[in-house]
Amino acid sequence: MSEQTNPIEDPVVEEAQDQSAPVEGGLSEDAHLHIDKYESMWLKIAFIIMGVFFLSVIVSSFAIGIQLPGAYARIDPTTVNDPGSPFAEPGLRELAPGKYEAYYRAQIWQFTPREIHVPLGAEVSFYVTSQDVMHGFKISDTNVNVMVIPGQVSTLKHTFDKPGEYKIICHEYCGQLHHTMYAQIFVDEPTEEVASGAQN
Amino acid sequence: MAVKSMTAADNAAAPVPVPLTEQDLAVADRIAGTSIFLGASALLIGVTLGVMQGLEHVGINLYKYVQPWVATYYHGLTMHGVLNALVWTTFFIVGFFTYAIVRSLNRPLRYPWLNVLGLLVMVIGLLTAAVPMLTNNASVLYTFYPPMKADWSCYLGLTLVVVGSWMAGWGYFFTLYAWRKEHPGQKQPFIALTVSITMAMWQLATLGVAAEILFLLLPWSLGLVQGTDPLLGRTLFWFFGHPLVYFWLLPAYVSWYAMLPAQTGGKLFSEQLARLVFWLFLLLSTPVGFHHQYTDPGIPQAWKFLHTTITFSLAFPSFLTAFTVVASLEVGARALGGKGYFGWIRKLNWGNPSYAAQNLAMILFVFGGIGGITNASFNLNLAVHNTIWIPGHFHLTVASASTLTFFGILYWLAPALTKRKLFAPKLALAQAWTWFIGMLLMGNALHLLGLHFGAPRRTMLGSAPYASPDWNPFLMESAVGVTFLAISATLLYIVLIGTLFNKKSDVEVKMPVAEPLNPSQSIPKWLDSWTPWVFGAVALVLVAYGPMLYQLIRDIELTSPGWRVW
Ligand code: HEM
Ligand SMILES: [Cu+2]
Ligand SMILES: [Cu+2]
Repeated sequence: MSEQTNPIEDPVVEEAQDQSAPVEGGLSEDAHLHIDKYESMWLKIAFIIMGVFFLSVIVSSFAIGIQLPGAYARIDPTTVNDPGSPFAEPGLRELAPGKYEAYYRAQIWQFTPREIHVPLGAEVSFYVTSQDVMHGFKISDTNVNVMVIPGQVSTLKHTFDKPGEYKIICHEYCGQLHHTMYAQIFVDEPTEEVASGAQN
Repeated sequence: MAVKSMTAADNAAAPVPVPLTEQDLAVADRIAGTSIFLGASALLIGVTLGVMQGLEHVGINLYKYVQPWVATYYHGLTMHGVLNALVWTTFFIVGFFTYAIVRSLNRPLRYPWLNVLGLLVMVIGLLTAAVPMLTNNASVLYTFYPPMKADWSCYLGLTLVVVGSWMAGWGYFFTLYAWRKEHPGQKQPFIALTVSITMAMWQLATLGVAAEILFLLLPWSLGLVQGTDPLLGRTLFWFFGHPLVYFWLLPAYVSWYAMLPAQTGGKLFSEQLARLVFWLFLLLSTPVGFHHQYTDPGIPQAWKFLHTTITFSLAFPSFLTAFTVVASLEVGARALGGKGYFGWIRKLNWGNPSYAAQNLAMILFVFGGIGGITNASFNLNLAVHNTIWIPGHFHLTVASASTLTFFGILYWLAPALTKRKLFAPKLALAQAWTWFIGMLLMGNALHLLGLHFGAPRRTMLGSAPYASPDWNPFLMESAVGVTFLAISATLLYIVLIGTLFNKKSDVEVKMPVAEPLNPSQSIPKWLDSWTPWVFGAVALVLVAYGPMLYQLIRDIELTSPGWRVW
């Protein structure tokens, strides 16, 4: 070995003695990870930042209940329109006073129904599927934001506490006229009649 | 790097180090130059399409002038995503890495033919995919979600690009392995190690998309099976999709840690932590893909939450990077007489376009990083998923942190490869700043449009019936940014093409290499060994993906026919 000159490196001084001693700048079994004082402070700050994010995720999802979509049901996309399929006649249905379910069918390049009206304060469970390609389903000013994937039924729930127009926008590319694909939800304030009737 | 602990026995057995000759360098540099040239050419088309998109959003429709080359907005958007995010990045990275690894090891490529073959396969793949893509037969965007069905040749071509990049990686692994045999007991040189870690991460990550294409998309687009399972396809895509972003980012980190400090008189602040960071990326980059599927049906919340947790731990290597890199640069600025808490910043090498571009890239990455943590935050994601906030985010990351860094690297690498002087360095400096300002404006505007108005991404906003006048100020801000970017891109190609035709220079440009600040500090063995990290990465993927993938595959339903909707 001593004859070979290594063109790459500085001449290496081989020390015959103690092979196990850690060698400066090289590899060592028992070298410690050294963390600079400020770096360790910085890491603690990072830890706190991430901790705050983590806690807020836990609080908002488990205490406040802002849920993500999960696994609900599957459906054969070629049978979406068959009689008996809940998506054959999509639309709004009242389940109990103030509680609704809304079935939406997505297809290029429209949602069915195009428009629904719900009263203020209505709690609506949305069920959406696609009969062709992927679509998106985001209701403006709400936390309803879900992918619509053929073969799957997407579901999320929302309580409409503010009156007015909401837009459902398709936010996944679905072809040439993707940018025209949207629907509307109108949240109606109680009319005077109904309001006074409710008071009696 | 002087002394090492090796036993006499090791010594006797070690093969003789192979010297690096001019000829070896020429081979590596030919590969690097070709690859980067192709990447930069793809980017030229890509950014042009980007400018067209930004202008369409304010009602300036340029598509009518480019018929039939760019048939629709979405045809253009597909090419924009593919050419920029897949082609430019991959080809640049392979070129840069090939150049860097032989210098770092001071050793020729172990099997140069393997790296040549890799590039060849990438080029064949690129040409194969280009045909359907250019002819509007594959306008499925760069994520090619089924059941939109592109021409089969598009899937095949993309696969070949990936396979070619695998071969490039194998070439590096063999080279590093040979070096280790020749230098028993020595620590692996930092650049060669981090290049190889990046490629190892890439091998693991691309298994997802390879499986998607080989088992689902190719048989289906060839008509061998009638239907496909869109959720499974999407899941396999995102298995690859998140580590893909680290594949874009880690080469920039290699430069920030190991090269950039040397360009401003600095030193690598902590080599130990820098190594740790790369190992952590190998370990954690892949098992996080469900954070792209938070709003997907068919995947239980618990799995999504697990991926949130792993994603959050992935923030630490980036926090560490921020500290170490800034400290490494500060060392340089203070050595040059910089003073004060922040005053030293002025002493950085701002006059040098290569340096300035990369430092500006880092600044944009701070915003990109914060936005990224928001995106990853489980239900917070509901506010921004698939809104135009998301392109706002990744134009600060891949299109700035990575791409602007790559421009900075090019400002020394192009002269190094061509042996010509950089053409018009002042223009190069202006290029870096205009890109910075342009991305800042466009990024800011798109973030706000997404967050406040829920404006969707991947959408021809200038023609959307639901677009509201309230969006206009932000769309205008974005258009101003796009204008800066158009100027910047023009400057970039003036500088690059100018360099290509500049006169030969006798001054040899070398790869900048940052020395460690504390050269006598030893590296613990566990920061130099592959086994624990590779096994750890595979194990974590099995835990975080195994059960869900098993279930999706067990319950596979090939019920979705293919669609051509463009
Ligand atoms: C001149 C510079 C650029 C401009 C003006 C620009 C503009 C845009 C715009 C406006 C969009 C949004 C389109 C939409 O969602 O409808 C977009 C998407 C995108 N851009 Fe850029 N961009 C530029 C450079 C880049 C670079 C350098 C990269 C990557 C290296 C990149 C990667 C992407 C990707 C991946 C998408 C998403 C495509 C998709 O959703 O399928 N862009 N770009
Ligand atoms: Cu759509
Ligand atoms: Cu991600």
